[in-house]
Parts: sequence; C-alpha cells; structure tokens
Amino acid sequence: MPKGQELNELTIKEASKMLENKKITSVELTKACLARIKEVDEKVKACLTVCEKEALLEAKKADERRAKGEKGELLGIPYLAKDNILTKGVRTTASSKILENYIAPFDATVIKRLREAGAVLLGKTNLDEFAHGASTENSAFGPTHNPWDLTRVPGGSSGGSAAAVAADMCLFALGTDTGGSIRCPASFCGITGLKPTYGRSSRFGLIAMTSSTDVPGPIAKTVEDASIIAKVLDRQDKYDATSAPVEKNTYEKEITKDLQGLKIGLPKEYFISGIEKGVEDAIQKAIEKLKELGAEFIEVSLPHTKYGIPVYYIITPSEVSSNLARFDGIKYGYSESKNPEAHMHSLYDIYAKSRGKGFGPEAKRRIMLGTYALSAGYYDAYYLQAQKVRTKIKEEMDKALEKVDCLLTPISPHVAFKIGEQSADPLKMYLEDIFVTGASLAGLPAISVPCGFDNGMPVGMQLIGKRFDEGILFRIGHNYGQATNWRKMKPKL
Amino acid sequence: MKLIRKEIEHIAKLARLDLTEDELEKYGSQLSNVLNYIDQLKEVDVAGVEPTAQITGLENIFRDDVVENWDAKEIDAALKQAPELEDGQIKVKRVLE
Repeated sequence: MPKGQELNELTIKEASKMLENKKITSVELTKACLARIKEVDEKVKACLTVCEKEALLEAKKADERRAKGEKGELLGIPYLAKDNILTKGVRTTASSKILENYIAPFDATVIKRLREAGAVLLGKTNLDEFAHGASTENSAFGPTHNPWDLTRVPGGSSGGSAAAVAADMCLFALGTDTGGSIRCPASFCGITGLKPTYGRSSRFGLIAMTSSTDVPGPIAKTVEDASIIAKVLDRQDKYDATSAPVEKNTYEKEITKDLQGLKIGLPKEYFISGIEKGVEDAIQKAIEKLKELGAEFIEVSLPHTKYGIPVYYIITPSEVSSNLARFDGIKYGYSESKNPEAHMHSLYDIYAKSRGKGFGPEAKRRIMLGTYALSAGYYDAYYLQAQKVRTKIKEEMDKALEKVDCLLTPISPHVAFKIGEQSADPLKMYLEDIFVTGASLAGLPAISVPCGFDNGMPVGMQLIGKRFDEGILFRIGHNYGQATNWRKMKPKL
Repeated sequence: MKLIRKEIEHIAKLARLDLTEDELEKYGSQLSNVLNYIDQLKEVDVAGVEPTAQITGLENIFRDDVVENWDAKEIDAALKQAPELEDGQIKVKRVLE
C-alpha cells in the first residue's frame, strides 16, 4: 500500500489482494471506513443509517471465512447501500417520512448475494425521496453535499452512495438507476457507476419506483471494481419475473483486451448546443484518448432522442402512482389512524390523510401526474402514446448499435450545480435527465466513467452498450481508466 | 393545457392524497407546465407501432408455488410495522357501510 494511504481509500482490487495475503483484516478495513464516516459525514451527509455493531460482526465473520481458506474478491469488503434497497433488520426509509421507521423483514436479492459473497454492509445512504430526482435534494432528511464542493449537489437520486464512494467512506456502494440515478451522481462525484441491462440484476427487494426501468447496480472507485461487483450481482432470480436468463459473464477476461478495432458511435443528437464548454472539452479529449488507444469513431443519428424526457415523465409517474399505492397507512409506514385529531371517519380518510402527510412534494407531484395520465379519457393520449414512442426510441438505439460496439455521450450538459439552484422548478429538474433516459427506456447497459474536470468539478462520459453487453463497457472504461489519471484524483475534505 | 381546480381535486381524490389549499394551488400550475412540455409527444407518428411495456421480451414467467415458512420472530417483525393489530392480524376500518 502506498505510504500515507488509509485502508478506506483502497479499491476492491487492492483490498482483496491484501486480505488474501493476510496483510490486513476485514475488521481493520471496516473500522477504517467507520472512522472515515465519523470524520467527514457531518459535512457530506451521505449516510442515513450506520450499523456499526452489525458491520463489525459481519467483518469478523468474513475474517473467519478467510481463515478457513475461503476466497472471494468481495469477502470482507465494506460497502454502503442506497436506502431504497431492503436490508433485513436494518432500517430502510427510501428517504421518506412515510417509511421513517420501517424495518424490512427480508433482504433484497442484491443484498443477499453480497452477503453470501461476504461483503460487509456499513449502512444506508441518502437519496431523493423514493428515488424521485437528480440531485438528492428531494430527501425528507435533507440534502447530501458533493465532496468536491460542499455547496453543490452530488447528483441523484443515488447521491448518498456516490458521495460516500467519492469521499472514501466505503470501498463501493449500491445504487439504483431508473432514468440516470446511478450515472448522474457517479458523474457529478467523479467516480464510476454502472446501470446494468434491464433484467440483468434482480429488482426483488428494491422499493419499486418505475418497475419497467428500475435496475440496481454498482457505484465504485474504478471500472474494474464495478465489474467485480457486477459479476456477483448478475444472475437470474426466480423472485423477479423480468430477470433474464443469461450466460455466465466473463468480465475479468474481457477487460484485459485492448481497444484495437472497436467502433464507437457518437449520436449527433447528444452533442447539441447548451452543453457547457468545459464539459464538451473534457468529452472531446476523452474521444481523442480513446482514438489513441485504437478505437474508431463514427457519427450516428438518434432522431427521437428529444422525446426521451417527455416519454420518461409519462411512463415514470404512471408506474410511480401505481407502485406507491401500497403506502396506505395500514400495513406499514406512517399512519394517521391513531391520531385523534385527524378525524378519521372512513378507510378513505386513513389512506388520504396518511399519504397526504407521509409523502413529500415530488412524490405527490409524480403520483398526481401518473394518476392523471392513467385516468379515464387520457390513457390513450398520454400513457399509450408514450409507450409507442418508447418503442421507437428502443428500436432506433438498437439499430444504431448494430453498426457500432457502443455509443459515447456526455452524462450531463454541465457539472454539479449549487444546492437550491434548481429545486424551485420541477420541469427544469426533469430536463437534467436529457442524456440518460434513452438507455433506461431501451433497457440498455450504460456506464459513467470520469473523464476530467470543469472548474474543479468532475465530468463524466457515458458509454451505452448492446443489451447484456456490459463487458464492452468495462473493457473500454478500464482501458481508458488505465491510460488516464482521473480516477486517482480525490476531493479534499 | 391548463388544469382547472376541479380537475386537480379529482386527481387528488383518485390518488388518495389529502392535499392542503397551498398544495392544490401549487401542483395545479406545476402539473400544467409539465403536461404542456409533454404534449410534444403528440407530434410523433406512431402509426402501426406497438407499445412497449417492458423490453425483455420475456412472457409468462412462473415459479413453483411453494409456501416459504417464516419463523415466529420474522412474522412478528413484519406484523409489528402495522399501526393496529388484533389477534395477530392487521386491523382495518370497516369497508362496507
């Protein structure tokens, strides 16, 4: 380990080697992360729950498993999980008042898989309430701050997870991506985030937002680390009927290949006016670097790109309004049923008053929008039309990907903005998703890789691959990461 | 398009949301703005295009219908989340008048 480096700053690759060579223990590694959380999280506010006792117990178990000869790249590696992923016995809030005291009676499949692999859960991270947002400002428990500049947002909705990884509070984190929620914060915080192919990793145990695009994925310090986590998560799950039967992945072999002969498409609709100069320059330099490494670039066209946001903001609220119907003040979560001042007369009152008090503004807006779009007389004009345009977006992206190995685009037209700057205008916030909704609607894998800075804030590039071809994204991202130093830059806290 | 107050109240009722005066006012204008933006979808020619509900192409995925038993502690933990219990069951206000 380089001198002066703390254990919590290690990558998974580095730490697992040291664990295997018995140079460190998981307990030491876990303690270093817990100490870092204590040191900086008062400023960053990435964590909603830290489960110190449980984490140290799991770390001890991981050390015992290693002592018995068990191996595994995640065995003993500490991580944080976004707080919309169910963790048995550890509070899961979705950053909502309506679930403030909710403790799940079972683990999400992704948590279960990490547990089996021996990864150590440190706690749960902040998000926009129910993952509705692109800044983490919509959390009922206050915003998370970007470690690169505490006056700015970390992106969202997996903002707590991304900020925690960037600030070395953990070795990696889990996020969920519905329309950019892993990629946007990874880009704003200068780290790597993968949105897997829809159906690649199980949604069982995620607090559902948009069931047709939700997907959990890794947020990591390097592309190689992301591939190590994905290898553990990516398996069919009988509890998720949309999880796909796919061949065993071979990411570790694929990332060792070079980029000679690869073709990358540049969709012209993603390189439009309105992108900040510093972001555009960083992306252009990344393209030049990839050319040096042997990749060939060709221009492609995706004319329906501009309809991505309107389609997304019909389909998402529609599914949200249906998925959030389960919060009724009866089974679990916030309830007005016992409030003597609430004047409950009927079942309807319990529903409406519990939901009216429990949900925050953005959740209410999306429930209202979705209810409207699905209501009698408007279904064909909004929801059905959006589903049809979604088909066009999907077909056009698939067709472009027949000609190239992947697409390269910016993640966002700008770097992280100031906290409070955009929160007054919901529509403006929705437009944040302009470059990330396409891959979500088409169910394609997409990764955010750090590619430079603009005025001291990180810039991320997006690589979008063919369905189930995460391998090519890891290969290109890893080669690029090895040839550049961006991933080694750390925020000063 | 602009949603009128009566429409907003109707949507809130369908959505089982008890909203304050301020909220009805605010969401009304915000939803109208978003819907105006979304209206551009109408210009897309979708003749003969099938709608996409999800992209996997998977159909009729079943698993064995097996009861998985939880232990008493797990059952208790799950039930304890409800505000009102009676005889190990969740209590609900009467549905039929």
